[in-house]
Amino acid sequence: MAIKVVERRPLSLAERTYLPQILAGLKVTWDNMMRPAVTLQYPEERPTIPNGYRGVPTLVRDPNGREKCVSCQLCEFVCPPKAIRITPGEIAPTAANAHVEKAPQEFEINMLRCIYCGLCQEVCPEEAIWLQSQYSMTGTNREMMVNNKAKLYELGGTLPDSHYKWDRKKAEAERQAESGH
Amino acid sequence: MEQLLNDFLLSKAWYFISARGLTAIVILMSIAAYAVLLERKASAWIQGRVGPNRTNHPLIAWIPFVGTFLQKGGFIQPAADGLKFLFKEDPLPGHVRKTTYILAPIIALAPALLALVMLPFGRLPTGEVITLCPGADIGVLFMFAISSLGVYGIALAGWSANSKYPFLGAVRGSAQLISYELAMGLSVLTVFLATATPDQDNALSLVSMVDAQKGVWNLFYHPVAALVFLICIFAEANRHPFDMPESETDLVGGFHTEYGSFKFGLFFVAEYSHMIIGSSLFIVMFLGGWHFAPGVPTVGDGLIASLFGVAWFFFKLCAFLFFFVWVRWTVPRFRYDQVMRIGWRVLLPVAVLNLIAYFIWYAVKG
Repeated sequence: MAIKVVERRPLSLAERTYLPQILAGLKVTWDNMMRPAVTLQYPEERPTIPNGYRGVPTLVRDPNGREKCVSCQLCEFVCPPKAIRITPGEIAPTAANAHVEKAPQEFEINMLRCIYCGLCQEVCPEEAIWLQSQYSMTGTNREMMVNNKAKLYELGGTLPDSHYKWDRKKAEAERQAESGH
Repeated sequence: MEQLLNDFLLSKAWYFISARGLTAIVILMSIAAYAVLLERKASAWIQGRVGPNRTNHPLIAWIPFVGTFLQKGGFIQPAADGLKFLFKEDPLPGHVRKTTYILAPIIALAPALLALVMLPFGRLPTGEVITLCPGADIGVLFMFAISSLGVYGIALAGWSANSKYPFLGAVRGSAQLISYELAMGLSVLTVFLATATPDQDNALSLVSMVDAQKGVWNLFYHPVAALVFLICIFAEANRHPFDMPESETDLVGGFHTEYGSFKFGLFFVAEYSHMIIGSSLFIVMFLGGWHFAPGVPTVGDGLIASLFGVAWFFFKLCAFLFFFVWVRWTVPRFRYDQVMRIGWRVLLPVAVLNLIAYFIWYAVKG
């Protein structure tokens, strides 16, 4: 391997006075001063949230307006800081979606505990819980920082669905009932 | 003596002197406050930020355009900062030496304010000089003597705080001031050698110094002296890259670590006052004082020329304060031994050689 010896020359007189270096530095800071500021003026200007951002966890409905959560409580079990508490309930037999059998009676996410890890979204078999784009969650007391079911659905809204799992199940069950199985 | 005092109190001079003093203090304090704003804004621009642009008062915000402009420029911020210092709790730590602890900020600020009295700002159409103490012919000596007293504030603050870091800061501050005072004096001597004539009455007056620069500024006759003096006023004002007494990285807060609220505010104002005094001295001695440009002493005539002169002096002062700030956010702090080395082994020999060179030059020229 060829070795290249770099000459270590001593500092020149101009370099030893340090003044040219200071002038060069002043030019650098002057150029910086001429550039526009990169500050985002927060309350007036908002950041653009990228896709896949893990914001406040929310509950979503499918496009038919049905609540997707079936209160299987997997998220409650997987939640590392134990922020989620679900009170499971049954769906009335007269309801249109009675075949789903279960829905959460109450669903609470304590945002003082939540660490925004997204494990609840990952574990959910129904794709009912989503960490969406809301990044600021404030309150003036502890109660305000606990999102109840109504709040969670309000935050979550409706997300597009490609499966319609329960609708398909219902159609299949009806088809089988007709064919007499 | 009593008769003298009575005469003085009964005469109108008393009112004039108090009014002048108050005006000077108000002007200096507000320039210092806005120098802080300049510092915050310029540092923000250099770092790609915006700087203070939120503080406002509802009454001012209500004025269209002007209110928004004042808010965006952060012009209300100094008032908020000052009021904050005024209304904060003023704690007296249990371990300090109380008398000197309370006295130190006052001793730091008083010389900074006092040195201003000799400063000439401009000239009236009648030929009278606009200054707080007209007729004094020892201007530069007085300013050097008084502004150096500011280090007593730092030394006493460090000593009375009875704690390690302030003490180290105070020791560094005193050593630095003494080291740079010599080079500063010698560089100034070169300039006076040029402007003063042997049988002149007011040889050390700053006014005659400005008058001597009607044509060419001293900066062009004495570039080396100007450079030495410039470096020395940075050191004297304890500014970056020479802010040894309060080098935050190694001394917590430096000499004012144990100070809070308005006492800290006084140190803060004192630092900026020293900046203002240093800049003014540089302007008076090297940048032609209130003269417009080299070769162009004034613009207009009569009252307009006077007003323009004062405004131009003020403009130069602001530009120089900006330079102070600009250097601060560019150059990193020297190490303490480097500061001492620059002072004793570079600046002092350079100043002495410069002086000798001018001695020889004037001896040869006759």
